[in-house]
Order: sequence, then structure tokens, then C-alpha cells
Amino acid sequence: MNIMSETAAEKVLEKKMNEISYKMIGEAVSVYYGDKRALYDVGLKVRENTVTALIGPSGCGKSTFLRTLNRMNDTIEGCRVTGRIVLDGDDIYDPSIDVVELRARVGMVFQKPNPFPKSIYENVSYGPRIHGLARTKADMDAVVETSLQRAGLWNEVKDRLHESGTGLSGGQQQRLCIARAVAVSPEVILMDEPCSALDPIATAKIEELIHELRANFTIVIVTHSMQQAARVSQRTAMFHLGNLVEENDTDKMFTNPDDQRTQDYIMGRFG
Amino acid sequence: MSETSTTPPMTAIGISAAPARRDIGLGRRYAAERRFRLYGMAAIGFGLLFLFLLLFSVVSKGYTAFQQSMITIPVEFSEQVLDRNNERAANPQKLMTANYPIIARDALARQLGVTEGDRATLREISGMISDSVRAQLRDIVVADPSVIGTTRDVTFLAHGNLDSAFKGQIDLSVDEKNRKVSDRQVGWMNQLAESGVLAKHFNTGLFTNGASSRPEAAGVGVALIGSLYMMLIVLVLSLPIGVAASIYLEEFAPKNRLTDLIEVNINNLAAVPSIVYGLLGLAVFINFAGLPRSAAIVGGLVLTLMTLPTIIIATRAALKAVPPSIRSAALGLGASKMQTVFHHVLPLAMPGILTGTIIGLAHALGETAPLLLIGMVAFVADVPGTPLDPATALPVQIYMWANEAERAFVERTSGAIIVLLIFLILMNVGAILLRRRFERRW
Repeated sequence: MNIMSETAAEKVLEKKMNEISYKMIGEAVSVYYGDKRALYDVGLKVRENTVTALIGPSGCGKSTFLRTLNRMNDTIEGCRVTGRIVLDGDDIYDPSIDVVELRARVGMVFQKPNPFPKSIYENVSYGPRIHGLARTKADMDAVVETSLQRAGLWNEVKDRLHESGTGLSGGQQQRLCIARAVAVSPEVILMDEPCSALDPIATAKIEELIHELRANFTIVIVTHSMQQAARVSQRTAMFHLGNLVEENDTDKMFTNPDDQRTQDYIMGRFG
Repeated sequence: MSETSTTPPMTAIGISAAPARRDIGLGRRYAAERRFRLYGMAAIGFGLLFLFLLLFSVVSKGYTAFQQSMITIPVEFSEQVLDRNNERAANPQKLMTANYPIIARDALARQLGVTEGDRATLREISGMISDSVRAQLRDIVVADPSVIGTTRDVTFLAHGNLDSAFKGQIDLSVDEKNRKVSDRQVGWMNQLAESGVLAKHFNTGLFTNGASSRPEAAGVGVALIGSLYMMLIVLVLSLPIGVAASIYLEEFAPKNRLTDLIEVNINNLAAVPSIVYGLLGLAVFINFAGLPRSAAIVGGLVLTLMTLPTIIIATRAALKAVPPSIRSAALGLGASKMQTVFHHVLPLAMPGILTGTIIGLAHALGETAPLLLIGMVAFVADVPGTPLDPATALPVQIYMWANEAERAFVERTSGAIIVLLIFLILMNVGAILLRRRFERRW
């Protein structure tokens, strides 16, 4: 993993921001669970090295959309996806795309911290090991250390790497899950309400972490907290009843949204 | 409620008056709970009572089977009796067919001080010695023919009836004609016991001997080996087949009509009476595949079929109990389905799988009915060398002994039940230990 110097990272970021390059593009994405339609022709562009927040009331399809981005919906019985989702120019639902490789490129962090009931070290090294990313023990140690550092967990766990990951606190477990996702060096990280099971202090740490991760990864985050969306994201997409209502810069979204429904939701009039 | 609320004197400000207590049926609810607890305790007490009765009856009848009355006396290997014409060098058969019981009888008669007796007396003395002495003395002589003409101490089994009498299991107040031991034999027995010639020893023969019509020489050796072979066959076949089937059904198979049908049928198979599996085994393994009758391999295969549904059901339950978040975590990292199952799901399901397997094995160990149909209810005296040789199984041996008339078989039946119960307890303890060993929190 190449760790860019800060100035270089900023330069890249600046360049990306100026050019607006899109990492993932969803076109007319519809999702059906059996006969029930959960998403209606959603078109959403995810910008590179940007945090995109998906907001909306419960059951609006934001998590469903998130899960289409790394085909986690494939594991749900009776789930069907139509439309196109493009990652760097390739349609990820194309038969030629291997879902295992896709998920190595698009990682995911779940709502409830779900570390494996194994040691902290094994939790982080599992992804690199199955993908053959670290040849030697020393390489693996380096990957584990870098990943834990990126997840802001290294200082807390460096002396007990071989203790169980399930023995950590909730916030630490969630950061361990982020480290585990980061260790595979994905290009995109999807986060499904990563802070909903955490207390405010742990939440603050994760939000800070999301800020830092943005330099190297494209992040899509589903959140129920308006404040969190405002704090961590640059772009915000608002979903309602399976439709994408509005997608805009976060600043604009929270001050002067284009759509009345967004305004109402943000003001707390429904949802 | 009989309590009336006596309101404490109130100061002007502050504490509000407690509202009158509503009757929300607390008394009824607690009474219902107490009643339910009583029912529960009664149910458990009932179960414990019968468990205790079972254990008490088995142990009280069976513990004597672990001791055996033996007679230790100097036996003269008389050349006169065994090989009068000294033809053993020319004819090796001579020593095989010599009349060994005579020298044991003579030795015992000498010990009892009966120097000369009529035929009836000698027959009574013979009746105190187990017939197994013939083979025992023959083995000594054949192994070392130089003992002929010498005298040496030999310990041999007392006859089953004498053994029963010595253990106090024969009612001596009954008329002499109606019991198996005569008054004279009882007198001799007491005489021998006083001189220490007749004594009880630990009954190793119970664990090493095969079937015998003489209770004192009968043991569960063949049955133990047969059961061991069958358990190994069941374990080696049903664990991998059962686990593979469960993993496929639970993790990989598409959920459709066909898998539903298979699932229903597996559940049904678990409830099929075991004797039906015996018929199946008879038809398929013996009549069609031509495997030998009475062999442990057929028994093992039949019990494998019988155990498979149990293992599949337990394994699927264990796999279902693994939290889906673990699967999502692995899949989200890009693990393939197979890696997810074998790296994460299976290790977490292991305690449940092992428990199910051992319960299935314990069930198979105690199974009798299907073995009757494949010919394992047989008189097998020789210890089977391979699973293809005729053998019996522990529960079948118990069944056969329970059908015997002699008093000495009653204690052996209970003794064999104790052996079987000990094996079952050991297996269940093993299941608990394995579960503890593999159990992990998540």
C-alpha cells in the first residue's frame, strides 16, 4: 500500500475536486425483493475521494442502494437488480465481473460491528490473506499495522493483537471492522450506518476517521443522523420511498435544498 | 388483598397521598407461577425417581457379574489319564482330545478329601467345575507338553451354579431336588471357601470372552469389539457425509420445492423406526451387495444410515445458529462462499455438530432392532479380527443373555447393561467436553 505524503494527497485531492471524476455511476437502478419493488430508477454518481452520504427515512431504499454497489444484495433470496452500475467504466453486474474481485475493490462496513470471533490480528489479516496481498509474515505485519493505524486503533490494541476481536468495546470493534475493510486496499468503502450502535464519543472517533480515509478512498455512507451527514460528507443524496429525491453538495443540501421534500425531512417534518 | 392503606400523617407540603392500590391480580399471577413451579418439580422428581429405580435395579443385580468364583488347586497332569500309551509324539491329536476334566475332578476330589467315591459323588464334584476347564488345561498342556507327569497350581472357573450359590443367589431353603446345587456341594463349597481355595476374583473374562453356553465363561468381548467396529464405521461414514450434506443444503442449495422436499424427507427419516433400517440393510447390503451376514461392517452401514438424519438435522441447526453478520463480514471482504463457510461458519458451528454427532453415535451404540435383522444376533465365540467377521453388539448381547434361563446369566445381563451405560456416559461426557473446548463467544 503506498502511503502518500500529505501534500501529495492534498494535491491529488485538489486535482480530483477540480476535475470531478466519478468513481461509481448508477444508472436507472431498480431493485426488486420478489414482487416488491424497493428502488425506482435511481441514477447517482459517486465522486472519487469524496464522502457521499445517503439519507432518508427508514425503508426508503438507501441501504438497498448501498448494497447494490458491491452486490451484497446477491446473497438475499429473491433479490433482483436492473439498470447499470459502473465502477471505473465496468458494469459490475456484467457476467464477466467476478463478485469476489468486486468486493475486494468495494469494501463494506456494517451497521452492527461484526468482527470475526478470532484475534485482532487475524481479523485484519484475513482479507489480505485470502486475496494473497501479503507474501511474507513481515509484509502481513506491516499491512496489519498500517490498517490499524489508518483506523485509529493501533495505539489501543498494539499490545494485544492476539487477543479476541470480540473482547473490544463497541466503538473499537467498529474501527476494527474498518481496519479489516481497509486492509484489502479497496477503492471504495461502503458504510451502512456505521455509528448507529455506538455512543457519541465512539461516533466522533469514527467520523474523524472517515475524514482521514477520504484522502485514499471513496466513501459512501448511509446514515440516519442529519448532523452526521452534514459533518462527514461533501455530497448528500436524499432518498424517499425508493426514489432518489435530490443529490447535491452537502452544504447546499442543508441550507437551501432544491426539493421541498428534502427541506421537510431535514427540518424534521417527516421521517 | 387484605391490606388497607393506612395513610401516614401528611405534612402540608411535599409528599402526595398514595393512590388506592389497584387490584391487578398479583395474587393470582403468583399463585399460577407457584403452581407451575410445583408441576415442574413434580415432573423432574418423577423422572429422577425412575432413573434412580433403573440404576438401582441394574446395579444391584449386575455388580456381582464383575466378580467370578475361582478355584485354585494343585492339579496333577497325570500321564496315566492324559496319555496312557505314550503316543503323543506320534499322534499330536492325542493331546487335543485327552480327557482333561478328569484330572481337574480328581484334583478337586483330592482337595476335598474324597479318596474314593461312587459315580454319583464324582459327578457332583465334576458339577462344581466349569466345563471351560477342558480348554484351559488343554492349552496348558499343548503349549508345554513337559508338564505331563508333574503337579502345578491351576486357577480355574467354578461352575456357574456354584458361582451363583457362592454369591448367595440361590435360595438354599428350597427343597434340594428343586435347586441346581445339592446340599453336599454346598458343604464342599463352604469347606473350600474356608481353606481359601474357592475365592472371588475380578472377572476379566467378562470383558474378553465371547459367547458361551456356560454362563461363567461367557463375556461381552466379542460384543465390545463388534460395537467398536460399528462405531468407527458410523463415525467415519456418517460424519463427513452428514456434514457435507448439511453444508450443501444450508449454504449452497437453491431454496426451492426440491430442497423443501428433501428437508421434509430427512426429518421423516429421523423418525423412521429403526427396524425398517434393518430390513433395508438386509435387502441392500446382504442380499444385493453380497456382504457377509452377522458382520460388523453391515451393522455399521445400517447404523450409518440410521444416524445420518440425526447428524444432518443437528448440523443444519448448528449452521443456522451462526449469526448472519459473520457471513456478511466475510463476503463483504471478498471471501468466496466456500471460504466463508469453511473459514468462519463451520468453526463456529463445530460444537453443535460434534454434540449432534456424538448423540447420534450414542443412539447407534444402543440400537438393537436393526442388528437383529442382519444376523448379528448370533452365537459368536471367537473375537472378530476384521469388521467382515461375524460379531455381535453390546445391546444384542444383552438381549440374548436376557433370554437365557440360568441364574448366572441374570447378573451378566445386568453387568452388560452397566458396561453399555458406562460407554454411553463416557460418550456424553466427551460431547460436553468437546463442546466446551470448541465453544466461542461472538
